[in-house]
Amino acid sequence: MKILFKLALRNLLGAGLRTWLNIAVLSFAFVAIIWTQGFYRGMSRQAIQALTDAEYGGGQYWHEQYDPFNPLTLDDAHGRVPEPLQKLIEERKATAVLIIQGTLYPHGRFLPVTVRGIDPAQGVLLFPSEFLETGDGNDAEIPAIIGSRMARSTGLKVGDTVTLRWRDARGAFDARNIRIVQVMSTTVQSIDQGQIWLSLDTLRSLAGMEGEATLITLAKGTPFLEEIPGWSYKSPDVLLKDIHDLVRSKTLGATILYIILILLAMLAIFDTQVLSIFRRRKEMGTLMAMGMTRLKIIQLFTIEGALHSVLAALVAAVYGIPLLTLSARSGWAMPQAVDSYGYAIGERIFPVYSAGLVIGTTVLVMLVTTVVSFLPTRKISRLKPTDALRGRMP
Amino acid sequence: MENAALIQTKDLVKIYPMGSHELVALNNVNLDFKKGEFAGLVGPSGSGKTTLLNIVGSLDSPTRGSAIVMGKKVEELSHKQAARLRNSHIGFIFQTFNLLPVYTVFENVEFPLLLLGFSPAERKRLVMEALDWVRLADRARSRPAQLSGGESQRVAIARAIVKKPAIILADEPTANLDAENSHNVLQIMEELNQETGTTFIFATHDEKVISYLRRKITLIDGRVVRDEVMTPERQPEAKAQAQAQAQAQAKPSPGRTEQAEETGGPGGTGTRGGSGGRR
Repeated sequence: MKILFKLALRNLLGAGLRTWLNIAVLSFAFVAIIWTQGFYRGMSRQAIQALTDAEYGGGQYWHEQYDPFNPLTLDDAHGRVPEPLQKLIEERKATAVLIIQGTLYPHGRFLPVTVRGIDPAQGVLLFPSEFLETGDGNDAEIPAIIGSRMARSTGLKVGDTVTLRWRDARGAFDARNIRIVQVMSTTVQSIDQGQIWLSLDTLRSLAGMEGEATLITLAKGTPFLEEIPGWSYKSPDVLLKDIHDLVRSKTLGATILYIILILLAMLAIFDTQVLSIFRRRKEMGTLMAMGMTRLKIIQLFTIEGALHSVLAALVAAVYGIPLLTLSARSGWAMPQAVDSYGYAIGERIFPVYSAGLVIGTTVLVMLVTTVVSFLPTRKISRLKPTDALRGRMP
Repeated sequence: MENAALIQTKDLVKIYPMGSHELVALNNVNLDFKKGEFAGLVGPSGSGKTTLLNIVGSLDSPTRGSAIVMGKKVEELSHKQAARLRNSHIGFIFQTFNLLPVYTVFENVEFPLLLLGFSPAERKRLVMEALDWVRLADRARSRPAQLSGGESQRVAIARAIVKKPAIILADEPTANLDAENSHNVLQIMEELNQETGTTFIFATHDEKVISYLRRKITLIDGRVVRDEVMTPERQPEAKAQAQAQAQAQAKPSPGRTEQAEETGGPGGTGTRGGSGGRR
């Protein structure tokens, strides 16, 4: 077998430009597949990281009435924080969030918003809640935080005062001026667009929902506590399901692209093999005359084809490793419009390449190349030495 | 041992189906070849020379009858066994040289030894020895495309002899060579035959080859019509005639310079000396 590898390599390199063209196409497929997969992995990882840090933490307990996709449930989606969760909040292992509906009146317009209350002193989420600490004693204006998208769509900025109207627990409408104390920059759209963040105690007081919350976010690493009546536990996996699904669908798109790439490369190799077998019939006859069996000739030609992928992997390593390393370090700038995709990603995506990805891609490409290289060689099994020497093919 | 038949054919028949009818390529051929023979199958195109050579070389099998080569019945050999027989005992020389184009001269000659599993050192020694025989030791690194026809056929001879086979089968070895190169390669083969005792069987209708044969078997329409031993008295005369013809062809002309140099001559690089060879 060692000799066959040696001969195959000699033949392959001896074929010159034809070989190197195939190798170039295949190596491009290698790098493109790894880069694309790494890109989506990086995107997924960044989105999950951002969502976990800023919103989902280590899982959430939702009030049983709470449905984030149905704002009408918010009127009833609140209740007293249960004892075990209150204990976790006091231990700084969880933080409560109260959510009600409201209307904002920026610059003479009105805008339906979700008003969220969060503990200014919480440390569970990566969220600038500390800005909600009332420091200037101006009770007439309630400190509020909005996100940069919200600031853009409402035209509000730090220091602006705007009227907020809400309905309290008893159904009575009330309104107060809020003052924007911070415009936060976040990649997580769901805590930004259409959201007004107030201090939890303030919101509880305004809404008449003392000691109540809509959801409790656990700190990362806090295990599932227990089933609590009236509250449903959502694990990080459940909360991130949409993201996983989104990444899967995007990866599927990329997979189609790289299947096309591999198919193109395989087509080139298949054609090369067919041509090679057709052109080298006499050579096969000579090899048989020298005592090579048909099986060995099939192996030789299959190895020759399969070696394309080995050489392509080496060539891909030469230019791919620096390229992919650079890409992983400097990231890939994303256009502003990506915000509207609802995908929590930053301005730059940093591709993530794992050993599994690289080895998996290499093995996959090698396997497919070997199969594609083998297919045309099946003809050799019916080849008679005398026909081969005359340049005939069955 | 000297008189034992190395190759024996018994009532050998080869029929090729040709659509609605059949073509009888060999018809009841009975022949024996002993060790050290320098024999030729002679006859017009389609007389069955190459078919017989292919069967004897275990590249093909007979339709009926038997071909016994080195004690093995060709018709009973599996594809693998036939390959092993060729690999170990038979060398082939083809009309079109059939050198592997991507390999160097050295690698082409080395190929049969690779299949036989020789060590690198042993391979190198045997290849250089074979190249030395054909006076091409200095072209070991050349590619087939860089060789003339005569040189290519000498490489093919080196490839055939490198594993020291008992039998060498040469199918029209001089058909693509001019007269001068034909004599050159025939002399080399004759020397090899005499020094190593290797059995040579040619398929040819070339008078130059025939002039070197010690046994001439004439085939017509697949039948052996004559099997004659060439007397030593006749050989030099025929060779001299053929050589004179070759010299006449080799009169100086710009296109011939390379071939004239290639024949080796007194200043040739091979250790075997000039075209006069060892005899």
